[in-house]
Amino acid sequence: MIKLFSLKQAKKDGESPKAGTQKKASAAQLRITKDINELNLPKTCGTEFPDPDDLLSFKLIICPDEGFYRGGRFVFSFKVGPNYPHEPPKVKCETQVYHPNIDLDGNVCLNILREDWKPVLTINSIVYGLQYLFLEPNPEDPLNKDAAEVLQNNRRAFEQNVAKAMRGGYVGSYYFERCLK
Amino acid sequence: MGSDYTHRRWSNLRKVLERSGPFCRPDFEPSSENLQMLLERCKVLVVGAGGLGCELLKNLALMGFRHIHVIDMDTIELSNLNRQFLFRHKDIGSYKAEVAAKFINARVPGCNVIAHNCEIQAKDAAFYQQFHMIICGLDSIVARRWLNGMLISLLVYENGTLEQGSVIPLIDGGTEGFKGNARVILPGMNPCIECTLDLYPPQVTYPLCTIANTPRLPEHCVEYVKVIQWPKENPFDCAIDGDDPQHINWIYEKSNERATQFGIQGLTYRLVQGIIKNIIPAVASTNAVIAAICATEAFKLATSCSASLNNYMVLNNLDGVYTYTYEAEKKQNCLACSQVPRELEIKDSKYKLQDLIELLCERPDLQMKSPGLTAIINGKNKTLYIQTVSSIEQKTRENLSKTLIELGLKDDSEINIADITTPNTVTLKLKFSHNDSISRQ
Ligand SMILES: [Zn+2]
Repeated sequence: MIKLFSLKQAKKDGESPKAGTQKKASAAQLRITKDINELNLPKTCGTEFPDPDDLLSFKLIICPDEGFYRGGRFVFSFKVGPNYPHEPPKVKCETQVYHPNIDLDGNVCLNILREDWKPVLTINSIVYGLQYLFLEPNPEDPLNKDAAEVLQNNRRAFEQNVAKAMRGGYVGSYYFERCLK
Repeated sequence: MGSDYTHRRWSNLRKVLERSGPFCRPDFEPSSENLQMLLERCKVLVVGAGGLGCELLKNLALMGFRHIHVIDMDTIELSNLNRQFLFRHKDIGSYKAEVAAKFINARVPGCNVIAHNCEIQAKDAAFYQQFHMIICGLDSIVARRWLNGMLISLLVYENGTLEQGSVIPLIDGGTEGFKGNARVILPGMNPCIECTLDLYPPQVTYPLCTIANTPRLPEHCVEYVKVIQWPKENPFDCAIDGDDPQHINWIYEKSNERATQFGIQGLTYRLVQGIIKNIIPAVASTNAVIAAICATEAFKLATSCSASLNNYMVLNNLDGVYTYTYEAEKKQNCLACSQVPRELEIKDSKYKLQDLIELLCERPDLQMKSPGLTAIINGKNKTLYIQTVSSIEQKTRENLSKTLIELGLKDDSEINIADITTPNTVTLKLKFSHNDSISRQ
């Protein structure tokens, strides 16, 4: 049990602090440092930190070596907020991609980025989740409905559309920038 | 002010503080000094001057606390007036802290409330250190976590043992509709905010594909506009401001279009506002109960007259009144409070970062594998070296051959070190031996 006045001393204004005169790293900062230091990237992924002093803002580059998206290069931006890991980071796809779970504005439908996020998950979990999206696009949870429909009905046509988009060109009425490695 | 502790208005407090009784703490000494101490010396900070804050200030002032500071960055809005009773219609637009302080000072003789119209992050360690305890009535988890981190950073350890004099108790109240909780946190001694972070429910979110393609609820429509349509159309060239009626209107109109398109009923302006501003419905009576408990705990801590709440109390007054108090547990590897800061003695002023990393890997009590190091230098985060991430490694490699002093590290500087051998990032405090030339550099 703590006794606040056991020493019968009053605190005064301007009393010189004994400790804590320096700024301390926040819990979010300590946690992201741990996440980043332990990033265990698959060989198809790389990171880019525009400012190495800012671990809260970085890019993930995925270059799939198999599946529909083989040979492409896809950039995701990560923004980690002050409430990490209570809240997940904000992740956007910066590369235009023809993909059932990524829309043309870069929004990504990945459960652990929203409704299934848990504080025990890490940046690494998200990296693996994103990588998996390129290996197994999921037409059941579409964000780009057109792409999902094509994937469901005609895998061959889907494959061709993906290739066309990655080379740079129109799929339907939408023009995709080239994103081959 | 003089010692007016014999005044009639304190006669009830004196009955508690000048007599012994079965509920007293064993170390409680009945004495007239207890009241004097409360009136003259005890200095407390109330964080937040909203629903809980108004109640807290009123309670504390009326039960003898006189040196009260209050901090809140918000201004008064019309919708506050039903429960934030220190404010009047004419106060709309003024700072909550300022108006609340004026009201109490005018109403309670001898009480001196000092207002700080700013966010808690604008104040430094010296500010927080002046208080005997902090009573917190916030609705923000981020702010709570920040305050928690601040109080933990003020702890002083002597040879690994916590000095009790450095502990500033945090009494934390929270309400959400008919539910509330109150807790007493003794930083470093019992569970902190970070230890029990799981107790805060995550924000409600819906799968992105549902809100994009198969919305069923009005909430799905609002989320769609918020998450997808706003960033895309960027109607006002800025982020959403929940306090801007134009923004809410735009979102309301777009959500309504979407709801109509999918045949969804029940979308209202209030619902939109509630989701965008993340409004938690406030019930005056819940605030009153939680604030009363918090103020009582403050009184108990200040006077030692009775044992503190141990340590987490929940209240639900939705259907009758249900309450339960239990002892939340300290998390063994809590990011905030599990660490006793360790010191690392640096004897050589030429000591390089490379040397430090080698030491971390070689020391038998550390034996790290590939430590990543960060520090806060001149108030800014700095990544000293992270080997495992190549893009950072390249940009920080040059730091390896610099001395710690060249990197801006000083005596008492803290280095945060992440490594697979420890469950959390650990913090080491550098201690330069004073007998060399550091001071001249
Ligand atoms: Zn803790």
